[in-house]
Amino acid sequence: MTTQTVATTNTSTASIVFAAAAGMMLLFFSGYAQATILHDAAHDQRHAMAFPCH
Amino acid sequence: MPMKLLTSAVFAGVAAGLIAALLQFTFVTSSLLEGELYEAGAKVHFAVDGSPQSPRGGAEIDFAAEPMRYVMTMAFNVVTYVGFGFLLVALMALAEARGLTKITPRQGLIWGIAGFIAIQLAPAIGQPPVLPGSIGADIGPRQAWWMATLLTAGLAMWLLAFGRGLLPLLAVPLLLAPQLVGAPTLDTYFGVTPAELAAQFSAMSLGYAAAGWAALGFFAAYFYTREAA
Repeated sequence: MTTQTVATTNTSTASIVFAAAAGMMLLFFSGYAQATILHDAAHDQRHAMAFPCH
Repeated sequence: MPMKLLTSAVFAGVAAGLIAALLQFTFVTSSLLEGELYEAGAKVHFAVDGSPQSPRGGAEIDFAAEPMRYVMTMAFNVVTYVGFGFLLVALMALAEARGLTKITPRQGLIWGIAGFIAIQLAPAIGQPPVLPGSIGADIGPRQAWWMATLLTAGLAMWLLAFGRGLLPLLAVPLLLAPQLVGAPTLDTYFGVTPAELAAQFSAMSLGYAAAGWAALGFFAAYFYTREAA
């Protein structure tokens, strides 16, 4: 029982960390990355979401 | 288990992103386009001919003329909301794993509104959404203030929801601190766009974000609880 609990907690901690990291990567790409082509494509949306990007 | 977080974040992000894009096209884009006319100098507020006012409007969304622009706006709404969706379901899973709550779709709505307050509203109090054509302080300090504000406001939301004893009271200084420090600003006003247009853009942007976040919270919890069953 104890082992089971520990195993479950470990799995979910790993997946929580994974989900958080995936989210931050996507947000960096959509909100922060400065490459001109990305900036232009995301322009209207960044303004509306108030991402400070330029 | 990671699958559950992945699918609920993606489904919720796509749903919320599409709703947000629709709201953006309906309510936000026309003032943004009008701002660009002033930014580019195609319109001049208080023109040198001495006229005391500028005519409103003159910029309407035209999907046929610039299809890629609007496809990209829609795509980046989806990417952004999927990104926030991942963070939201990660926190939902964390709260459940620690036995703090049991997620329901209706509760997800509250999560979404709390996300709006932390990520959009708290930073916007110091740095309102800016219309194209606005000149701001240096980007570095603004980004640092923005990041610090959303982190402290996010922590404040968490403490208000789950803090034991007197801990929720900490939310008050956490929410106040960045505003007391103050967002970086310039010493001068540079705006070339009419104040009314900038205010309308800021308010519409916040409304659009509030609706998007509420939808994200609801759908995240909805898919999260469905996958769990």
